Amino acid sequence: MDRIEKIRNGDVRTASRLIRDLEDEFPQAVSAIKELYPYTGQARVVGLTGAPGAGKSTLTDGILEALRKKGKSIGVLAVDPSSPYTGGAILGDRIRMQRHAEDPKVFIRSLATRGALGGISKAVGDSIHVLDSMGKDFVIIETVGIGQQEVEIMNYAHTVIVVLVPGMGDGVQTIKAGIMEIADVFVINKADRDGADTLAAEINLMLDMAASNQQIWRTPVVKIGNVINASEFKQGIDELLGHVDKHFQYLQNSGEIKQKMKNKALFEIKAALNNNINQVIYEQLLNDGSLETMINKMTERSSDAYTLSETVTAKYLKNI
Amino acid sequence: MAERKIRVLVAKPGLDGHDRGAKVIAQAFRDAGFEVIYTGLRQTPERIVATAEQEDVDCVALSMLSGSHLTLMPKVTKLLKEKSMDDILVVGGGVIPNEDIPLLKEAGVSEIFTPGTPTSLCAEYIKNNIHLK
Repeated sequence: MDRIEKIRNGDVRTASRLIRDLEDEFPQAVSAIKELYPYTGQARVVGLTGAPGAGKSTLTDGILEALRKKGKSIGVLAVDPSSPYTGGAILGDRIRMQRHAEDPKVFIRSLATRGALGGISKAVGDSIHVLDSMGKDFVIIETVGIGQQEVEIMNYAHTVIVVLVPGMGDGVQTIKAGIMEIADVFVINKADRDGADTLAAEINLMLDMAASNQQIWRTPVVKIGNVINASEFKQGIDELLGHVDKHFQYLQNSGEIKQKMKNKALFEIKAALNNNINQVIYEQLLNDGSLETMINKMTERSSDAYTLSETVTAKYLKNI
Repeated sequence: MAERKIRVLVAKPGLDGHDRGAKVIAQAFRDAGFEVIYTGLRQTPERIVATAEQEDVDCVALSMLSGSHLTLMPKVTKLLKEKSMDDILVVGGGVIPNEDIPLLKEAGVSEIFTPGTPTSLCAEYIKNNIHLK
């Protein structure tokens, strides 16, 4: 059996190695994605994003439990940050999900950001294709702990869950651009803490104002209490998954899913173009020493970045 | 040309709750440039091996202070072998009596690091002994 067949049959080791090849940018990984791509597009992709320590991993664990009860198979991509100094990383998201580690229907893979700033890593897009072609019903992506504007997850997920916790600022934070705009479902996690109701009210106010610009999907706000209170926590997870399902139905019924998939395709094409054109030219310039010359011309003020890059364009992109 | 990033699983099998050592070593490995998958406390050998498979690691580093290393460490190496994953380097650390070390090595644990070992030495050992895939 070749590795494409193995992956399509759900072989964990082959899939995990391919994800690693993607992360390490091995050229043979790209050819595997080319072969797998026709078999993708089946899995539902759900993204969880929010600040560090907001509870994304614990929620993911709860979601895994609930989806497994329904007999679903799930792939999880959990992203944690790489060190800007050493390139090392502590990938600790799966600590919260280890009870599912031996479940053959659950495949959890940790990824480091490796310098990517959008909240996920460069390999996430293709890693979704890998899990999708393994036949997973759901792919859950847990982003790195984020701030206000790491919104790249919106390009990959059908449904984005933004996880908030009480006590992170006043109502003005809720109307700011960026992360607050990309939620398809809001979770107010640790809702047993003071301030959860105020936060819920502020978000609802923001959403009701936004609803006037002919939005059809009204983003729901789900409060989920402490995981220690198991039955309440499970109730919260069920409510959350109910909204995730409704959102997916909305995407299909409204036809919005087509636009979403087009955006995703465009995003992936841009990334591939960047890889095949920009990156290639950059490496060429680096290797033949002309990058060094360009840098020197810049610092000596004998040329500028625009003139230099136009020279490169003229040399390499002849038809433009 | 692309380069392999070293991936190491740091796990604590068994029931003792003392994870300071595991956290110190995880951070030292991070500082050595490794991607460290940290699973936390109370992991069964089965879970550790399943995790190693899903995460495609080069090395499994086991931290144990409970005294059950002669049971649990060989269990991990045995399971890895059963799944044809014995190309993964297994190292151990913790309070492990000197006379137990040869037994563990015989069971497939490559090296044991006892208290007082400089963390840089552990990272160096892993760099020099893994089989990058």
